[in-house]
Amino acid sequence: MGNEQKTAAVEMKGIVKKFGDFVANDHINLTVQKGEVHAILGENGAGKSTLMNVLYGLYQPTEGEIFINGQKVVMDGPNKAIERGIGMVHQHFMLVQPFTVVENIVLGTEPTKGLTVDLKSAREKVVEISKRYNMAIDPDAKIEDISVGMQQRVEILKVLYRGADILILDEPTASLTPQEITELIETIGRLTKDGKSVILITHKLKEITSCADKCTIIRAGKYIDTVDVDKVNENELAAMMVGRDVSFTVDKPDKTPGDVVLDVKDLHGNDYRDIEILRGLNIQVRSGEIVGIAGVDGNGQTELVEILTGLKKATSGSVTVNGQDAYNVTPRRAFDLGITSIPADRQKYGLVLDFSVAENLILQNYQKKPFAKGAFLQKANIGEHATELIEKFDIRPRGTEQHPAGTLSGGNQQKVIIAREVTNDSDLLIAVNPTRGLDVGAIEFVHKYLVEQRNKGKAVLLVSFELDEIMSLSDRIEVIFEGRITGSVPGKDADEKTLGFMMAGGVQHE
Amino acid sequence: MLYTIIAIVVGFIVGAILLAIIGISPVAAYGKLLTGALSKPKYIAWSVVYATPLILTGLSVAFSFKTGVFNIGAEGQFVVGSLAASVVGVCVSLPPVLHAVVCALAAMAAGGLWGAVVGLLKVKKGINEVLSYIMFNWIAYYLSNYMVNLPFLENEGNVEATKNIQSSASIVCPEWITSLTGCSYTNWGILIAVVVAVVIWVIINKTTLGYQLRAVGFNKNAAEYGGINSNAAFLKAMAISGALSGLGGMVQLCGMSYRISQFAGQEGYGFQGITVALIGSSNPIGCIFAGLFYGVMKYGGTKLTLINAPSEVIDIIMGVIVLFIAVSHVFKVLLTNRKKGGKKK
Repeated sequence: MGNEQKTAAVEMKGIVKKFGDFVANDHINLTVQKGEVHAILGENGAGKSTLMNVLYGLYQPTEGEIFINGQKVVMDGPNKAIERGIGMVHQHFMLVQPFTVVENIVLGTEPTKGLTVDLKSAREKVVEISKRYNMAIDPDAKIEDISVGMQQRVEILKVLYRGADILILDEPTASLTPQEITELIETIGRLTKDGKSVILITHKLKEITSCADKCTIIRAGKYIDTVDVDKVNENELAAMMVGRDVSFTVDKPDKTPGDVVLDVKDLHGNDYRDIEILRGLNIQVRSGEIVGIAGVDGNGQTELVEILTGLKKATSGSVTVNGQDAYNVTPRRAFDLGITSIPADRQKYGLVLDFSVAENLILQNYQKKPFAKGAFLQKANIGEHATELIEKFDIRPRGTEQHPAGTLSGGNQQKVIIAREVTNDSDLLIAVNPTRGLDVGAIEFVHKYLVEQRNKGKAVLLVSFELDEIMSLSDRIEVIFEGRITGSVPGKDADEKTLGFMMAGGVQHE
Repeated sequence: MLYTIIAIVVGFIVGAILLAIIGISPVAAYGKLLTGALSKPKYIAWSVVYATPLILTGLSVAFSFKTGVFNIGAEGQFVVGSLAASVVGVCVSLPPVLHAVVCALAAMAAGGLWGAVVGLLKVKKGINEVLSYIMFNWIAYYLSNYMVNLPFLENEGNVEATKNIQSSASIVCPEWITSLTGCSYTNWGILIAVVVAVVIWVIINKTTLGYQLRAVGFNKNAAEYGGINSNAAFLKAMAISGALSGLGGMVQLCGMSYRISQFAGQEGYGFQGITVALIGSSNPIGCIFAGLFYGVMKYGGTKLTLINAPSEVIDIIMGVIVLFIAVSHVFKVLLTNRKKGGKKK
């Protein structure tokens, strides 16, 4: 960044946005310079997205002014924002699945030749932009055939194609693999080098420290501070975001594991394409211990969990829970045997989004007392149960018992699942990426409950792509590679380097 | 609700435009429609008689929607229901009331079976239910035309229809009531339909079965994850849905037609049930009112010929209403998405 007085690319002054009585943004200031990566940090529901929607013209601010390149602008629609060179990549991609990459990129601004769309020149332009920013992409691939990371690339290209100089990325890494995240950070670097500004909405501290220049912190709709990222550490950022000190280390008393709860022997299974992915997996989880499975996505973790929870059939092997056969059982039977899980995909498996929070909280127990009496549901008991759990697990906002689960924020949806599964209090709790998309406050909360289950003498199997999470929580870490457990280390002695080496297929030498 | 009313208004406007194009005063036609259906107790009674089977097929479709299945086979289930009721009504001799009850049970069993078979094909063989439903409609249609001409059922005087059911199987009200309303086919069917609607409402909202079915309808994956057997849920829902349409067939037979004529084309009670379910927003209680609305339109429509207006205009109006309700769902989704974005703090 130069020292000369520059006009800021974006300047938002005293932005207030109210929804009825609710103040989502309370006098927020934001200044983004040209060529700067500016992170906006805040908890789930702090008002980050609202602020960006104001900048993008989707909402009109109740108060406040916006300047783009020094000029005052009234943003009364996304078109105005696009005209001014602002582009937004939403958290949930807005792509037409059966269309090709090029077709998606030009959608809405198709170059025409007479009455037909001139896809050829469009394609050339897309290829040129992707080359300039080193974002390799197959312009003729269909969206439905490409990975999530690629789809995001398409979204970014779409914004660049429209000539954006200011890019807003809303939680860009939420669904990316670690490899894809690294690539995204590289792309961001190339964009800013070219003089473009990037506004990064996130609650992941690591991303901020690894690629942002400045960071503006918002808490509960209020402006807290703007800091130079290289002058603060992660702990300070987290404290500013949550408003209290956050502990990254998990308090975990020593505990000797008890009897074997889950015993998996020589398990074989296929993936969705019917190609063998589990190739003789062995794993044991004892009561009172957390066993973490570390591995690169696609080495059979998903299939293992699906088989254990009854959603998928294994091809051979054996599974027992507390000595009882649990091999290829139905989900109902798995649950009755004592297996409960926090699924990886909370919206697909974890929740019925159209059901109320109260209804979701009894998903496995709806037919049991006190929630049902004979064939009839007991609404009053179901409601009370919900009120109790909402309080105990701090599900926000309060009073949402009868609201559809889909109206909650992602973090609170996850809390509903955690509340349900922890309350089920089964002998084996399987947690798959339990903190994906959560802010640090909520992560701390989830970790606390996983450890609590362990301390109560339950067995916990943790599958996570966050190595930090595995290392801080696990009593024992098992490394999965190509459908087998290829190594095992005590959680205490684990270090990232060795684990990374083993996850990539390296053999551990004693 | 608001969207439904808008859709209905738009339906009438489109109907009015079409009437005006063919040179008929919309005011006169709609006036005739309303007075023809509602201006006398007798007309109202007739409208209710017309509405009764539609309420039941509407409930049938609405119930299937709750589990995420589109019962486009209500038509066939209705036909086999009335066929079963006709066999029992003609060939079995039982005391009054009991006879009607047995007819109803037979009709529900037949309709339920018709739905369940489609369910089995879906669950066991993965065959898309919409296709099998439509084919089962035609199987029911030709089965009925075949049975109508079998000696044990055939009406001797009239080769084109079955014998009338025995009077003990009739659900037409006693004479003092029919003379009171002035409609000789006033029958107990409407009471059956209302009671069934309430029962279905209770099943959907208050029972564990309803919980299962709705869970599967909203999110099959999460339901399975939660231990609900979605295949069993589909089967149950499709059988119950079929039974409701079958009951609709029985009510029509034992309350009004008494016999089944050789079909020249599908009669449409089941398809009209889809309209009723949509207008009623798949709510069982809503289906009662939507069915009554359709009954008024259908009966009032028969009066349109008196002023030389084509009664088909009713079908056009209903079609436009369904179209706009479907479109309104799109608007609703768009609107709620925006609202959701707004609520996101």
